[in-house]
Amino acid sequence: MTKFEYAPAPESTSIVDLKSEYGLFINGKFVAPKGGKTFVTINPANEKILAKVAYASNSDVDKAVIAATEAFKKTWSRTSPSERGKYLYRIARILQERAREFAVLETMDNGKPIRETRDIDIPLAAAHFFYHAGWADKLEFAGVGSNPKPHGVVGQIIPWNFPLLMLAWKVAPALATGNTVVLKPAETTPLTALLFAEVCQQAGLPAGVLNIVTGDGATGAYLVNHPGIQKIAFTGSTQVGKGIARAISGTSKALTLELGGKGANIIYDDAAIDEAVEGIISGIFFNQGHVCCAGSRLLVQESVLDEVTEKLKRRMSLIRVGDPLDKNTDLGAINSKAQLEKIHELANSGDSEGAQRWSPECELPGAGFWFKPTIFSGVAQSHRIAREEIFGPVLSILTFRTPQEAIEKANNTPFGLSAGIWTDKGSKILWTAQRLKAGVIWANTFNKFDPASPFGGYKESGWGREGGRHGLAAYVKVAK
Amino acid sequence: MLLNSVSVDELARDEESLKRFLRTLPPVDQVGVEGRAAMLSTRSIKNASKNFAIDLAIRMVDLTTLEGADTPGKVKALCNKAVRPDPTDSTVPHVGAVCVYNDMVSIARAHLDSIGGHDVPVAAVSTAFPSGRASQAVKIQDTKDALDAGAGEIDMVIDRGAFLSGRYGEVFDEIKLIKSLCGEKAHLKVIFETGELVTYDNVRKASFMAMLAGADFIKTSTGKVAPAATPPVVLVMLEAVRDFHIMTGRKVGVKPAGGIRTTKDAIKQLVLVNETAGEEWLSPNLFRIGASALLNDLLMQRMKMRDGRYSSSNYVTLD
Amino acid sequence: MARIDVLKTYKLYINGAFPRGESGRVYEVKDSKGAFLANPCQASRKDLREAVVAARAAQNGWVSATAYLRGQILYRAAEMMQARKSEFVDAIIALEGKSPKAASDEVDSAIDTWVWYAGWSDKVSTIAGSTNQVSGPFYNFTIPEAVGVVTIFAEAKSTLLSLVSSIGAAISTGNTCIVIAAEKAPLTAITLAEVLATSDLPHGVVNILTGKSAELVSWVGSHMDIDAVDVSGLTKKQEADVRLEGAENLKRIHRFTEVRSAQRILSFVENKTVWHPIGI
Repeated sequence: MTKFEYAPAPESTSIVDLKSEYGLFINGKFVAPKGGKTFVTINPANEKILAKVAYASNSDVDKAVIAATEAFKKTWSRTSPSERGKYLYRIARILQERAREFAVLETMDNGKPIRETRDIDIPLAAAHFFYHAGWADKLEFAGVGSNPKPHGVVGQIIPWNFPLLMLAWKVAPALATGNTVVLKPAETTPLTALLFAEVCQQAGLPAGVLNIVTGDGATGAYLVNHPGIQKIAFTGSTQVGKGIARAISGTSKALTLELGGKGANIIYDDAAIDEAVEGIISGIFFNQGHVCCAGSRLLVQESVLDEVTEKLKRRMSLIRVGDPLDKNTDLGAINSKAQLEKIHELANSGDSEGAQRWSPECELPGAGFWFKPTIFSGVAQSHRIAREEIFGPVLSILTFRTPQEAIEKANNTPFGLSAGIWTDKGSKILWTAQRLKAGVIWANTFNKFDPASPFGGYKESGWGREGGRHGLAAYVKVAK
Repeated sequence: MLLNSVSVDELARDEESLKRFLRTLPPVDQVGVEGRAAMLSTRSIKNASKNFAIDLAIRMVDLTTLEGADTPGKVKALCNKAVRPDPTDSTVPHVGAVCVYNDMVSIARAHLDSIGGHDVPVAAVSTAFPSGRASQAVKIQDTKDALDAGAGEIDMVIDRGAFLSGRYGEVFDEIKLIKSLCGEKAHLKVIFETGELVTYDNVRKASFMAMLAGADFIKTSTGKVAPAATPPVVLVMLEAVRDFHIMTGRKVGVKPAGGIRTTKDAIKQLVLVNETAGEEWLSPNLFRIGASALLNDLLMQRMKMRDGRYSSSNYVTLD
Repeated sequence: MARIDVLKTYKLYINGAFPRGESGRVYEVKDSKGAFLANPCQASRKDLREAVVAARAAQNGWVSATAYLRGQILYRAAEMMQARKSEFVDAIIALEGKSPKAASDEVDSAIDTWVWYAGWSDKVSTIAGSTNQVSGPFYNFTIPEAVGVVTIFAEAKSTLLSLVSSIGAAISTGNTCIVIAAEKAPLTAITLAEVLATSDLPHGVVNILTGKSAELVSWVGSHMDIDAVDVSGLTKKQEADVRLEGAENLKRIHRFTEVRSAQRILSFVENKTVWHPIGI
């Protein structure tokens, strides 16, 4: 070796005991789907089949809803709030104990780097359970209204970008507030949810309190329309979210939605530029850009555009793309072929609409789904890549001249999930934050998450919040 | 922006210009820079890259003794170690330099020469190390003594009192003065004592000021004050040399010193270099590590890599 | 010979002015005994459009005003209402067939409800905001902010009280609104508009339309510049229509039954969470 190259440092997969086939988790047990239909889940980094997973038929979903209903009536609503909390504490602890196993499995099923599953997804998932465990017997202090009551059975549909973490965001508050759950994981990433079912068994969670039905969009739609559920929580695309809102418009079901975004990341000329560049990188390349709150629109003050762009490019050339199980990998695999095609389609539209594409030199693995870290400069507000969510490692760079213009451009979108502000001037941070129409604003940081911090969108980015005491409101009924 | 030397001089024409320039430097966000350093510390360096890193780190060590109790015997032993870190393995490279107080320079130089260590320079700490609290005349004499005794490198301390009270011109002029004494004879390393400057903004300012004044290296600490060479401090200094290179075309080295005791610590530093200033800085010409205990840990790790079993301090020399 | 009263022409209230409806249509409103009362305007979708434009234009100014100022302006409305109490009492007796005592009580209660909501304006973030103890060197806080433009379908019973609670809850936090008065009982709404017009409320913050709510339901539901809808005055079927159409821009849609309820306020705010590092 004549230069300092990092040798491969793969995390061992021996910690994961992959089964060849996974059943549905209904009423505390793994059961085969009626009719025996299955689908496969693959490792997107090499396209190898990981396992066969049960495809829940409608009658399986019915069973899950019945189990949840029975558990709500007979067990969970009779469990005291503090005892509910103790189950959640147990779950948090077991998640911590089995963290490495979850991290490896998540990386295999999702394609995201082990560094992120190990340092972010799994610890945060455990933290969500720990945090919400403490709320279970303190709901009257949560300020969500007087005499808060659970809805009953909650149907939860989660996405593939943070499979276990999104499960935690949904399941922890639902159980803490006394609801029971039927959860449908994403079609391409069901495995950590099924491993989580084992955690619930180890924790002794009463049967039927959490049920997991694996399947695809049709399974989710059936769950949404099921008359036996009282509340739906969905995280996913804006298009599907609107569809759910329509589907339940004639019912009394409650609904919370965490949908898409096109977050503006505003770099003022007085920013801490090196840290801002890190924030840009984290904003768009964290989790391959499969992040609803990604800072996918970079708004740079024109006076520092060259400096920021140069530093960004230099930094991007250090991004290590490849085997997600390698501890040094920064950017892993795109989660699915379909998603990869969507990213290509939008990036190509950037080319054809006249923006300039740049990616660092980097070798992509042969098998699997990969996309180089990419920036587009010279992007106009009217370009598709400035308006549509790409959900991939693709950043659109726009410029502004004055703070007013930055706000105008940042808010000029039907989305309203996240935004970033980079400046050393405190009053400018507050001025900007006050005017941005976004549910989460990161000032001089980006893509930070915490169970105590409410997360959710303005406008078409969603309904309601997850996390913090505000997130509890979604899971209780109060007089209004 | 590439500046030629004339405009570099222009930036520090007088104290006002210097202050104005230092004010234009972007601020450093503490949480952000610490987050970046923490992320880089998760890099996993294994197998061939670890072998490479260990030997590189050995070549970068400024093997140091800076004690009131230093004696010729102690310094000579250190010199032996510097030239042949592992007497049982001749493939181990020699260290970057031997670093001593100025009254030990001639002893170190003579001993190194006598054992074939001609290419191991002696670095002398200077300008009333470690506090820097002395008259300029004393500081000048201190430096001259070291140079006369054969120091190839001068590790000067800045006047932190002057820096913290905003008398940047004074600090700048003093660095320039010492640099002029060093001339072509010796490399100048400028020690900030970052533990006393406290903020990363100060570290960045001090870095640019020292580089503008002609420093060949910027160095974190004396080793007498904690915290010393923490990864984020080194990261800020590496950013500074990187940006100064882009700005002027001149490459300035970085020397963390203090608190780097294990191979793991040293490899973290190399990762910082690799992913901040870039691979050109991965050379003893541009990166040194001021240390004493570190060397033995590097040697023990080297044995582990070679023999496949964990070593013991019985198999490295305690000097 | 008895003096002939001067009767009031009931008009719409849009952007601080009292225009007639764009379509020129009126409809007859009768009192509880079936006698003619008035010919208020039957607002069209174009009147709705104008009202939304006015509400949107007023939004930034109103939400940027200090909460203290908003509170004072709401309180001023209560003062103005107090001064016109007898007019409201007469309208309620005529429209809702209530006894003079019951009507008087309703007006008193409505005035007090204004005052109740006026007092909320500068307490909402104290009660509904939070600082969040995240595990890291960050200051993290959540503040409620007005959702934007709210359309209110007013209820037909206790019209004044329901109007005051809907409007007061919406605008105290900085929302602007379009009120669609109860079809059969719109006169209290128009009289309320006259109160608001003389209470320092910036033009466009509250806009009031009268007419047939059934013909506006779908236009409200589908209007992409309306952020939220109070469907308390709609049937379940109409509410479902608003929800169906409103899904296109994910309107926040709520039905209320409580008169004085913090939930009314909290339903029409968005929570914004801000992170900032703590460092030197």
